[in-house]
This record gives sequence, structure tokens and C-alpha cells, in this order.
Amino acid sequence: MSSKIYDCIEMIGNRIIENKDFLTELDREIGDADHGINMARGFTEVLAILPKDSDNIGDLLKKTGMTLLSKVGGASGPLYGTAYMQAGKVCAGKTALTAQDGKAVFEAVIAGIQKRGKAVKGEKTMLDAIIPAFEAYSAAVDSGASVNDALDAMCKAAEEGVEYTKTIIATKGRASYLGERSIGHQDPGATSATYTMQAVRDFIKG
Amino acid sequence: MKKLINGVDNVVDEMLRGMVAAHPEYVERVEGTDVVIRTGAKKTDKVVLISGGGSGHEPAHGGYVGKGMLDGAVAGAVFTSPTPDQVYEAIKATECGKGALLIIKNYTGDVMNFEMAGEMAGDEDIEVAQVIVADDVAVENSTWTTGRRGIAGTIFVHKIAGAKAEEGASLAEVKAVAEKVIANVRSMGMAIEPCTVPAVGKPGFELAEDEVEIGIGIHGEPGTHKEKIGPASATVDQMLDKILAEGIYGKGDRVAVMVNGMGGTPLSELYIANLEVSKVLADKGIVVAKTLVGNYMTSLEMAGFSITLLKLDDELEALLNAPADTPAFKQV
Repeated sequence: MSSKIYDCIEMIGNRIIENKDFLTELDREIGDADHGINMARGFTEVLAILPKDSDNIGDLLKKTGMTLLSKVGGASGPLYGTAYMQAGKVCAGKTALTAQDGKAVFEAVIAGIQKRGKAVKGEKTMLDAIIPAFEAYSAAVDSGASVNDALDAMCKAAEEGVEYTKTIIATKGRASYLGERSIGHQDPGATSATYTMQAVRDFIKG
Repeated sequence: MKKLINGVDNVVDEMLRGMVAAHPEYVERVEGTDVVIRTGAKKTDKVVLISGGGSGHEPAHGGYVGKGMLDGAVAGAVFTSPTPDQVYEAIKATECGKGALLIIKNYTGDVMNFEMAGEMAGDEDIEVAQVIVADDVAVENSTWTTGRRGIAGTIFVHKIAGAKAEEGASLAEVKAVAEKVIANVRSMGMAIEPCTVPAVGKPGFELAEDEVEIGIGIHGEPGTHKEKIGPASATVDQMLDKILAEGIYGKGDRVAVMVNGMGGTPLSELYIANLEVSKVLADKGIVVAKTLVGNYMTSLEMAGFSITLLKLDDELEALLNAPADTPAFKQV
């Protein structure tokens, strides 16, 4: 029988793989048409090599990060690789996570992505989904909301973040070369980050 | 999609194997990686130069591995930066105590992956320096973008920094001359027909029958604008205007010129373009010391070309004219 953390990563991976063509199409419009292809290649490998029965959350997240780093390439490889490895550090040795742990994971992921990508909110990147999602999740947890409600708030903010990326000019990544022509297009990285958070919510809510 | 391939998943592997089969006296593959290095690389006692990037730009970069240019080249998936572990393997396979210079084209992914590889090598006490080539004037350089893209001007960095390293210069000296090239090199490209990434199966952008895209990058990413196709001379004039507006190249200056094919443009058309380049530069009193015409930094089967100018001083000109012997660049 597989562990819960494996099942959760599997749900994330399958969500990315199922949406490979759509993510690539988004990237074709404002980038270089490889985001879905690269992420799907990375997660196919992740699902093949992760030990199914281990419930060591930190270990599985770290392995996921290292595999993405060595299989994805482009900008997504270092960014998602760093995100999962940072999450793995926070979860080292853990076999279960609390709602508060979720906040610590978010903080580590955002710090890691910012260090590697040198981006801030509002530059039409994955951070435009992740940062609002973190803020909504934290606010819900701190106000005593249920985990399910906090996860719903997280996803709603991430989805709004994706919509927001349609309205702004890219100033990081390959889309930044387009200037104003990047307006009207949603960011592929923010989209794949939102799929990730939706998969986590769907897994936890069952 | 019509391509001479055996399957989209083995394009890079089979391309590298075919390359090694063609040029075993120049390059060998680091087993289990997509890295090619000089045959017998570890015997060199010099600063090593590593470059690479997405595949699809052949002969860049594996074709420039050899005496007087690169020591190792890392091939990513088509139009996708190679991963840090692969770049790290290239450093490990070539470095011999004098340090390694990473020559990176300015794309977000390339910079991140090469930087991480440099950090990994640094953790093992290997001295690593990096330079980032950003020669494409089609893209405005401001705090509001990632900065200019690195395109065909990169070949001049390989050539000149490679010659410097071959002379036995230190890592700091090789890096300094590479930076000097980067400061003095500018390029601009255009496309007549788009290209198709094998794994995607359709063109990266669309052009009408009578339309061209000015300012195209080398990944089929959209350029600055589309326009109706005009005579080659008018297209060249427009691109040179943008390069010359940089204010680097003036009357009496000596320059090297590269008229680079994107992969699907016949050499005859590149020579037609070069005729106009040479006329315009002569009119402005800019002295062409050396001209390269051919497919140096391609974009799969894209039709189109780029123009690169490099302002020379005595040091750069001597290094540019120094011998080189690689599969794609030979100079006695």
C-alpha cells in the first residue's frame, strides 16, 4: 500500500501531466512552448522513482525536488526543484503535517523561489498565485477556520492570482521580452502552481 | 510536422551520438550525460570554458568544442536549458585545477541552471566564474525586463575567450576578455518562416505568406513586430540601424561582422544580406576586419538571419584571428 504523501504527490503529478498540453499552449503564447512538456517529463520521472511505501514527508519532498531539478530544465526546473527541496527541509522527519506546518511550508517555498528567481509579486510569475494563496491560507488558519475552509480559501486566491496575471505586464522570464504584448495572457507558471495547490486541496479533502 | 527524426523523445541523444560518430577526433560524450567534451579533455592544463543551452541551435554549442574554443558543451532538451547536474558533470569532466568559465546566454532558465551548477562545483572547491551574454538589441534592456537575450554574439565570446584560455591566461583574465567581448558585441535577428519544436509539433508562431517577424529570438519566441516582407537591403538597413543606434560603432572603428543563418535560409541569401551590411558599414567609415557568413547559431529550421557586430581592439582582433580547430569553426 502506498503512503499518503506518495498519493498526494501522485495527485499533483497527474494533475500536471493531464494538463500538459494546456500548459504548453499557454507558454507558446508568451514564452517558448515547453512548460507543460518539461513539467510532465519531470513528474513522470518523480512518480517512477519515489518509494511508494515511505511516509517520510521530508524525504519524499526532497527527492521530488531533486528529480525535478535534474529532469525539467528551463526555469521551471530550478524553481520547482528549489520549492520542493525547501518544503522537504521544513518537513524533515515528519510523517504528518498540521495546518501550522502548512504555513511554514509555504514560507520556505516562497523564500526559495524568490532567492532563485529574484522575482517579487506582480511580475507575472508563479509567485502571483502562490503569495496570495499563502496569505489567504494563513489568514484562514489564524482565524480558526477549518483546514478544508483554509484550503478552499488558498485555492480561490490562487485562481484569482492566475486571473490577475492576465492583466499585468511580465517583467521576469521570457515573457518579459514581449512587453505590453504579454497582457491578456495568463502566466503558465502561476497556472501550474495553482494546479499543484488544487491537487493538494483535493487530496486532503478527499 | 515533417522532420528527419526517429522519434521526438530521442532527438538530443541521437544528435549527440551522430555528432560523436562524425568527429571522434574532436569530441567525446561524458557517459550517462548530454555533455560533450574535447577528446582527452583532462590532458589540457588551462582554464576550461563550458557553454551550452537548449538544443536546436546547432552547431552551437557542441560544434565549438575543440582547440581554441570550448572544452565542454551541455545540451538541454530542444529550446530548454540543461539542468544543473548536467552542467556540473561538464565542469567535473574537464576542469583541471585552473578553474572553469561558464558562458551563459541570458535566458532566465539558463542563468538559474548554470548558477546552481556553479554553486555545486564551488562546494567542491572548484573555482568557477560565469559570464552572461546579452547581445540582442531587439529587446530593451531595462529594470522592467529580464534583460537582453543572448544570441549569435555568443560565438565571438567562445572564440575570443577560448583563444585567451589557450594562451594560458588565468580565470580572471579569461573572464575579463569575455566581458570585453560582451560589452562590444550587439546582434539583431529576424524570421521569414517559423520553426517547430519536435515535441510540440506545431510552429512556435505564425506568419502570413507575405509577413516577416523582426527582432525574433533564437527560440521562435515572438519578436518586436511583424511587417510585410520587403527587399533584403531594407530589412538589413532596419536591423543595422538598431544595432548602430547603440553608439558603440563609429567612423574608423574596426569591427567583426557575423551574418548568421537561423537554419532554414540558403547561404546565397545570407551573402545577399552581407552585401548590404558591407555597403552600410563602408558608408559610415566603419572598417570590417573580419566577416563570418553561415549557420553559427541556428533556431532549428527557422528561415531568417541575424546580424552581429563586434567592435575590435588590438587584443580582441588578435584573439579572434588566433587558430581554432573544432567541428564547426576552423581557422589556421
